[in-house]
Amino acid sequence: MKSKFALFLFGLALFAAVPAAVGQTLLPPTAVRAKDAPNDAGKSILALWQLSASDIKGDKAVIGYQIFRSVSAQGPFEAVGTAAKGDTLFTDHVAKNGTDYYYKVRTLGALGVFAESETGGPAQAKAQWFNSDRSNAFLAVLILVTAILYFIYKASTGKELYIRKIAGLEEVDNAVGRATEMGKKIIFIPGRQDMDNVQTIAAVLLLGRVAKLAAEYETRLEVPNVRSMVMVSCREVVKEAFLKAGRPEAYREDDIYYITEDQFGFAAAVDGMMLRDKPAAVFYQGAFFAEALIFAETGNSIGAIQIAGTAQPAQLPFFVVACDYTLIGEELFAASAYLSKEPRLLGSLKGQDVGKVFILTAISLGAALATLKAMGWFSGEWTAAYIKAFLVR
Amino acid sequence: MRREIPLIITSFVGFLFVIRFFIPHEPFASMENTASSWIQVIKAFAIWLGILNLLKISGEKIYKKDKGWGFAAIVIASFLAISIAGFFFPFWETRTPGDSFIEHARKFQYPGTSFDWFYTYVYTPLSSTMFATLAFFIASAAFRAFRARSFQATLLLLAGFIVMLGSVPVGNALFSWLPQGWQVSDIADWIKNYPQVAGQRAIQIGIALGIISTSLRLILGVERSHLGGEG
Amino acid sequence: MSLPETPTPRTGQDFWERLAQLDRRIIFAFIFLALAIPLFFTIRQPIAVSPEGRAYFEAIENLPAGSKVLLSFDFDPPSSPELQPMAEATFKQLLTKNCKLVVIALWPQGPQQAEKALAVALRDPQFKDLKLEYGENYANLGFMAGDEVVIQKMNSDLPSTFPSDYKGNATLSLPIMQGVKNYKNFDFIINFSSGFPGTREWVQFCVDRSGSKMIAGNTAVQAPENYPYVRSGQLKGLLAGMKGAAEYETVVGKPGKGVSFMGAQSVSHLVVILFVILGNIAYFASRRKK
Repeated sequence: MKSKFALFLFGLALFAAVPAAVGQTLLPPTAVRAKDAPNDAGKSILALWQLSASDIKGDKAVIGYQIFRSVSAQGPFEAVGTAAKGDTLFTDHVAKNGTDYYYKVRTLGALGVFAESETGGPAQAKAQWFNSDRSNAFLAVLILVTAILYFIYKASTGKELYIRKIAGLEEVDNAVGRATEMGKKIIFIPGRQDMDNVQTIAAVLLLGRVAKLAAEYETRLEVPNVRSMVMVSCREVVKEAFLKAGRPEAYREDDIYYITEDQFGFAAAVDGMMLRDKPAAVFYQGAFFAEALIFAETGNSIGAIQIAGTAQPAQLPFFVVACDYTLIGEELFAASAYLSKEPRLLGSLKGQDVGKVFILTAISLGAALATLKAMGWFSGEWTAAYIKAFLVR
Repeated sequence: MRREIPLIITSFVGFLFVIRFFIPHEPFASMENTASSWIQVIKAFAIWLGILNLLKISGEKIYKKDKGWGFAAIVIASFLAISIAGFFFPFWETRTPGDSFIEHARKFQYPGTSFDWFYTYVYTPLSSTMFATLAFFIASAAFRAFRARSFQATLLLLAGFIVMLGSVPVGNALFSWLPQGWQVSDIADWIKNYPQVAGQRAIQIGIALGIISTSLRLILGVERSHLGGEG
Repeated sequence: MSLPETPTPRTGQDFWERLAQLDRRIIFAFIFLALAIPLFFTIRQPIAVSPEGRAYFEAIENLPAGSKVLLSFDFDPPSSPELQPMAEATFKQLLTKNCKLVVIALWPQGPQQAEKALAVALRDPQFKDLKLEYGENYANLGFMAGDEVVIQKMNSDLPSTFPSDYKGNATLSLPIMQGVKNYKNFDFIINFSSGFPGTREWVQFCVDRSGSKMIAGNTAVQAPENYPYVRSGQLKGLLAGMKGAAEYETVVGKPGKGVSFMGAQSVSHLVVILFVILGNIAYFASRRKK
């Protein structure tokens, strides 16, 4: 008797709870529409809607939204995904290009209650040929490439271009010469990254110049490597350099070798070699990481002349402190052009400077706008629009 | 043709991947994934090139008893020890009931295996030791280089002191008399977040421009010294 | 800096000149003592939490319970004194929020570091009744070679980038990976890194392209190059080095190795500063003499 009464009370409570839950009358989202997702390879449609009037911040009536899709306005509709409370957008990633799709959105409440919207659409997924979100990047690339090409052309017509002195590169000759005088070898470390990294390519280009000098001066050059492909490239470059210097017989393939990809295994091997063989000159060119200071301090302890160059900002301070000369960032990329003195290569350096002027102007203007906005003298909208113009998605 | 073919390939692929960034349409959209897969495969195979070279050079050193041949012997012995532990482990490690041979072999680096023993008790301490030497080298480098030789060097020295003290709790403890908001750690945070960030950004902007310029020279074939010959 | 000069013979040098050229081995000995001795003592110090460290904590704290989080372990044993305490404390905070955890690694030793960090986190008494079911609320997809290429690929297809997990199971057979296509299926991303590939590549190829929210733990050397990303909002928080680990442990309320190692770090920093001051005194004294 007692259990039957308890069951009756429970049923009564449940019966009362459902209307209580729906008693607030859940409202559907409105203005459901669909459009092709922009700037993609197709297969995506955006379903958009206005929030349900029941979707109030802090209120728990709405728990989310469910999105349905059909190829016909009459249905049948299938569920394609969900959106969180407060969302007004859902991206359908599995649409077929060229097919019309219709969408409905349900407001979801507690206990399975829902309210369905009107049908929105149709929309078709299409692929775009140009990503308009990246127009700013396209313009910037166009300006920079034009500037570089212009100065390459100007330089090739014989115009003299001023390039400031880079101390580290001026001393490359001296470093090789010193090794020759002391009868000791040169070690060139082309960084820890693979050939897909531009720093490594810049290092290999510089290696060619150093190898030519080493061949001319008849000084032994060793190149320990972290990556096999870099080893192969270095061998080619050094071999060609020795050939150009007229000393192909002096080229020793085994002087350009692979040690290990492991960071500290490589550091230990090179350190040991430096301490035992005491090279007179050491070049660190390319991408380095924590092992940079280990190399540089060991080189310093044996009295070698050290010329470093890297585009790793975190390692620059260590090289600057421990090496005799350091090529900072872009100076590494300028090295090959600088040493070759070839007009077209030097022209490209000039083109870079145009890019710098452009960036400096943009930064100065942006800083001024942000400062004026902070002082209340300028519209926040203009500043936000200016900053947005430089964002690349 | 030895130089022309690589130049043509470089130019074509270079231009393709520059414009790919701006074109979402197929086949450009999936080009990145396809190229990424190719690069992964090539990098994985390239490792063998290096290993064979290492073994060859080490072997020759031992055979000719060149200077430092003992180290070459250690290289080969270490290489063989870890390779055997990893490849042949299925033959002496107990197999979990229900596992096939392949499933068992895949577990070569699980805790308790001989490979894991090498990793935990040989490789890890050795790597950590080499990394730890940085603490000593940084002290000797700082002692030698942080001299107030000029105004800029003095400024750098002072900034270094503040950041070093601000990076450890003892800095605030020693200068606790400074007003709130002006503690050593606050000043150190300011240095790290403003002047340091400005300097980093400037260097990174220069680097980015340098990368664009170098890449353009390579794509256009203006820079060709890496292929040998004149350039 | 000019070419290294031939070292001046020590005979004939006065005290200040000898001090200015102090043998580095003496410095090494002092640093060794400064690092080793404090490890045997408990040195209590108040840890001030940086804004970036607090932001890291709050980013996780604000995650809804049950969120799906992608963690990338991009470091190896040498960096573990700095990053492992961060990872352990992060796992603890995520587990208190019942988050679903998917671990990947772009460095070969990353998966093992992740397993070790999780094992330490689970030893905390508050989790003694927690049943972490592999495949349901946690998965370790292991290491994938390819550096930033791997990060790029996961923008479009994560399961095919990591087709099997650390134990050899097919990724798509794991319940936690059902419906996971790319970064958009994760509520948050956390990266622990000490070099390349690391946080910068994650920001460039993941955050910028997918709009994902990310926080990171870095070594003290790497952190400065990622502060710009915190300033710009691309990173929602950043822990830097062992101090970052100590800050985070302090905020989470679970002091661990990060806090306990700060004593040694404090003493060694003071020793370095003292040597630098000594070197400058010697430099000026010997210059004045000349």
